[in-house]
Amino acid sequence: MPDQDKYNEADPLAEAGTGEEEMPSAVESRTFDLGTMEGQSLIKAERLADHPETPALEDRVVARSLWQDAWRDLRRNPIFIISGLLIIFLVIMAIWPTLFTSTDPLKCDLSKSQAGAESGHPFGFDNQGCDVYARTVHGARASITVGVCATAGAALTGTLLGGLAGFFGGWLDSVVSRIADIFFGIPILLGGLVFLSVIPSQSIWIVVAFIVVLGWPQLARIARGAVITAKQQDYVTAARALGAGNSRLMLRHILPNAVAPIIVVATIALGTYISLEATLSFLGVGLKPPTVSWGIDISSAADTFRNAPHILLYPAGALSLTVLAFIMLGDAVRDALDPKLR
Amino acid sequence: MSSSMSSSTSASSRSAEAGQDTVDSHDAPLLEVRGLHVEFHTREGVAKAVNGVDYAVRAGETLAILGESGSGKSVSAQAVMGILDSPPGKIASGEILFKGRDLLKLGSEERRKIRGAQMAMVFQDALSSLNPVHTVGMQLGEMYRVHRGLSRKDAKAKAIEMMDRVRIPAAAQRVGDYPHQFSGGMRQRIMIAMALALEPALIIADEPTTALDVTVQAQVMDLLAELQAEYHMGLILITHDLGVVADVADKIAVMYAGRIVETAPVHELYAHPAHPYTRGLLDSIPRLDQKGQELYAIKGLPPNLLRIPPGCAFNPRCPRAQDICRTTVPPLFEVTDDAGVTAPGRASACHFWKETLHD
Amino acid sequence: MGRYVLRRLLQMIPVFIGTTFLIFVMVHALGDPVNALFGDKAPDPAIAAQIRAQYNLNDPLWLQYVKYMGNLFRWNFGTTFSGQSVTSLLATAYPATLKLTAVAFTIEVVFGIGFGLISGLRRGGMADNSVLILTLVVISIPTFVTGYVLQYLIGVKWGILPATAGDPLTLQSLLLPGIVLASVSLAYVARLTRTTVAENSKADYVRTATAKGLPRRRVVINHLLRNSLIPVVTFLGTDLGALMGGALVTERIFNIHGVGFYLYQGIVRQNSNTVVGFVTILVIVFLAANLLVDLLYAVLDPRIRYA
Repeated sequence: MPDQDKYNEADPLAEAGTGEEEMPSAVESRTFDLGTMEGQSLIKAERLADHPETPALEDRVVARSLWQDAWRDLRRNPIFIISGLLIIFLVIMAIWPTLFTSTDPLKCDLSKSQAGAESGHPFGFDNQGCDVYARTVHGARASITVGVCATAGAALTGTLLGGLAGFFGGWLDSVVSRIADIFFGIPILLGGLVFLSVIPSQSIWIVVAFIVVLGWPQLARIARGAVITAKQQDYVTAARALGAGNSRLMLRHILPNAVAPIIVVATIALGTYISLEATLSFLGVGLKPPTVSWGIDISSAADTFRNAPHILLYPAGALSLTVLAFIMLGDAVRDALDPKLR
Repeated sequence: MSSSMSSSTSASSRSAEAGQDTVDSHDAPLLEVRGLHVEFHTREGVAKAVNGVDYAVRAGETLAILGESGSGKSVSAQAVMGILDSPPGKIASGEILFKGRDLLKLGSEERRKIRGAQMAMVFQDALSSLNPVHTVGMQLGEMYRVHRGLSRKDAKAKAIEMMDRVRIPAAAQRVGDYPHQFSGGMRQRIMIAMALALEPALIIADEPTTALDVTVQAQVMDLLAELQAEYHMGLILITHDLGVVADVADKIAVMYAGRIVETAPVHELYAHPAHPYTRGLLDSIPRLDQKGQELYAIKGLPPNLLRIPPGCAFNPRCPRAQDICRTTVPPLFEVTDDAGVTAPGRASACHFWKETLHD
Repeated sequence: MGRYVLRRLLQMIPVFIGTTFLIFVMVHALGDPVNALFGDKAPDPAIAAQIRAQYNLNDPLWLQYVKYMGNLFRWNFGTTFSGQSVTSLLATAYPATLKLTAVAFTIEVVFGIGFGLISGLRRGGMADNSVLILTLVVISIPTFVTGYVLQYLIGVKWGILPATAGDPLTLQSLLLPGIVLASVSLAYVARLTRTTVAENSKADYVRTATAKGLPRRRVVINHLLRNSLIPVVTFLGTDLGALMGGALVTERIFNIHGVGFYLYQGIVRQNSNTVVGFVTILVIVFLAANLLVDLLYAVLDPRIRYA
C-alpha cells in the first residue's frame, strides 16, 4: 500500500523524481486484508485533513481535535452503539459465563445425544449429549481471550517495530521491513497448519503466540506508514527545530497522530483473529478439548450437520456475531476518524 | 486610490475598447445566467452556495468572476458546465441560456454533447485534473474520438496538432507521455489544448493559473487570451487574484456568499469600487507606493453558508454597516456617476454604494 | 520498466530464502522423523542410521536446508518415507487445487469488482447498503461454516449443484466449492472496489472527463474504474495466499483430493519431505503471484513504471 500513497502524492514526487522513502519491496507493497486497506485510507485521509485545500462549506473556525470530533460522531452512530453493546455483553459472558448458565458444559449425557431443545436446555444437546447453550456461553471465553490477547500482542509488537522503523528509517527500516516480508510470505492458514501441528501443547497461549508471530507485520506496516506520514508533517519539523529530542518527538508528537489507523486496523484484525482461531481449531491444530471453544464445537458438529444442524448453528452464530461486532466497531471507528468521508 | 498602479492603467485602456465593443453589439449574449440558485444538501443542513446570480457573456468577451473560496464562483461555473456534484449539489432554480437555449431544460444526452464541444472548462490543478494513467495524447484524442468519431490514428494526429497549437515543444514525441512527465506549465497547456480541441464557443477557466509559478502564470494567461481572440470565444475567468483579472478581463463580477455584489468594467472597478467588499479586496493588495504602511485586511471571516447572516451577507465585516444592512438584502443597484448618468454595466449590491464610490 | 522488474526480483530473493528456511526449520522440529516412521516399534539402530544418512539427517539444520534447496532446484523434492516421490504427489495434488483456486479467483474478480462498482457508484443507495451489509455478514461467518451450510442447502437439500466434488473434477462440481472459497475474498474485493470507486469518483480527472462531454459509460470504465482497479489488483495478489490457505479448508469440506488433503496427511504422518515440498511450492506460487501483480501494477500505473 505505500505504493498507493505515492499515487496520491504523485505531485511532489513527479517533480522531484525520487521520494524520500525507499521504494517498498515486492511483498511489502501488498496489503493483507481489508483492515490494512482501511488503515491506509485513514493515513491518507489524515494527510488531507492536515492540509485542507478547500475550506469547503464548513465552518472554518472549527479546530476541534480529531479525537473529540470522532467521539462526537461515534456517540451518534447506531452501528457503534450496537456493536459496542454487543462486545460488552460478550466480554461479560467471557469473564462470568456462570451469570448466563448454571449448566456445566463438560457434563454430558450420551443418552441425550443430538436431542433438540427442551426445558432448561434451550439450544438442545450435541453429539456427546452436552448442553449446547452452556457450551456456547462458555465458548466465548476462548474466542475473546485469543482475539484480545493476540490483537494486543500483535499491535504492541507491530507498533513498536513498525514505529521505530518508520521513525529512524535507514538500516533499521530495511531490516524490519525485510523480516516482515518473510512472515508475510507465509499464508497464515498454511503457516498455522504447519507450525501448530509441530507443537504438542494445545493451550490457548500457543495459539495466541502463533497469531502474534504471523500477525504483527500487518500492524507494523500500518504503524510504519502512519509514523512516516506524521514525521513529515510540518509541526513535527517545527518541534524538531525547537530542539525536541527523539523520545519526546515520538511520544508527544508522532504517536498520538499515528495511533488512529493502528486502532482501526487492530479492531478489524481482532474480528478476523477470532475467526482464524476457530478455523485453526476446525483444522484440528488450534485449541483442543477439554477447552470449550466455538471452533471445536463447530468442527465436531460438522459431520452430523445434516441430521442435527442446531449443534453447528448455535456456536457458529455466536462466533459470527462476535466477529461481526468487532468488524462493525472497527468500521464505525474508521468512519469517525476519517474526516474525508464526513 | 488616485495613484493607480501602472498595470491597472494599461488594463483600463485595453478594456475600455473592449467594453465599447460589447456595448455596441446588439447580438444576444452567448451565455446568460438568470437567477441561478445552487444548494448543497449536507448532514448539517442546506448550504446555499449560489443565491440568485445573473450574468452574461458575449462571444469574444471575457468576464472575470472574482471571489474568495466559498463565494460560489466555482459552483456557479460547475452548474453552467453541468458537472455539479449531485448529490449533494442541486440547482434549486434559475435559467442558463446558452445560444438562446435553456440548458437546464435539456436532456442529459443533449447536455453531454454540448460539454466539451461547445463549452469547455480549464481546471485549476492540471496534475490532478488529467488522468494519471493515460497518455496526454489519449486524453486529447479522446475529444475527437468521442465527439467527432475520428479513428485512433486521426485523433492522435489531431492531438499532436493541438499540442503544437499551445506551443508544447516536440509535440510529436511527447504525445505518448503521461501527465506526470510534464512540468506544471506544460500540463496546464495540455488542459487548455483539451478545452480548445473542438473550438468551443465558450471557455470557463477556473483559477487556471493559481497552481503555477508566477513566471509561468503570465505565459499561460497570455496563451489563453491569445487563443480566445483567435477563436472569438467567450471566456469566463474565475479567480481570486485581482492581478490576473486586470490584464485580461473586460468586465468583472465580484461574488460574496453566493451573490454578485458588484459588476463593473474592469478599469472602473479598480478605480472606483462601489461596494465595500471590493474596496476591501483592492485595499488589501500590497502596493509599492504604500511601503512601510500596515496592509489593510478585511476583518472577520467569510460567512458559513449554512448560516448566512440576514440582510447583507457582508454586514458583519463591513466598516460601513448600518441597521438597514442587518435587515434588508440589498438588490443590485445601478451605479450612476455624479451627474446621475448610468455607468454602463455598473451595479453594486450595497445600500451605501454612493458613499462607497465617493470615498 | 526493466530496472523496476529487476529490483523487484532482487528484493524477492531474501524473502524467498527466509520464508522457506522458516518453514524448513519448523517442519524439522516436528520431531524425529525416523521414530515416526517406525511408529510404536523401536527402530533397528542400524537401519535408523542408514535412513539418517540417506536423508542428511545428521547434518546441521542449515546444511540440510542448503542440500534440500539444491535438490529442489533440480526439481527433486525427495521421496516420502514410504518411497513415493514427492514430485509425483505434487503432480497429483496440484491440478485439483489449482482448478479450485482458478474457479474461486474468477468468481472473486468478476463478482467482487462488479458489486463494488455498482455499490461505489451509487453510494448510500439501496444497492450500496445491501452490498455493505451482505459483505459484512459474509466476512463475519468463517468459511468452514459457510461451506457446510451451503453444501447442505444447495448441494443436498435443493440439489442445485453437486454437494461434493468427485473424480474427475468437473467445472460444475467445482462451482460450489469455488463459491465458498471465494466468498470472503469476494466480500473484501467488493468493499475495496467500492471504497476506491467512491473515492475516485470525486477525483478531479473524473470531473474533467465529464466536462469533456464523454459518455457516462466511458467516464466510468476508461477513467474511473481503470484507476480504481490499481489497489484492487494489489489486493488480489496478496489474496492468492489466503485463497490457497482457504483451499485447505474447502477441500476438506467438499472432499477434494488436492494440496490440503496430501499436506494434512503429511502432517499427520510427520512426513517432513511431503510437508516441506508442498509448503515450499505454495510459497513459491504465492511469491510469484506477488511478482506478477507487481508487474501488472506497473503496467496499470505509469507513475510506478517511470519512477
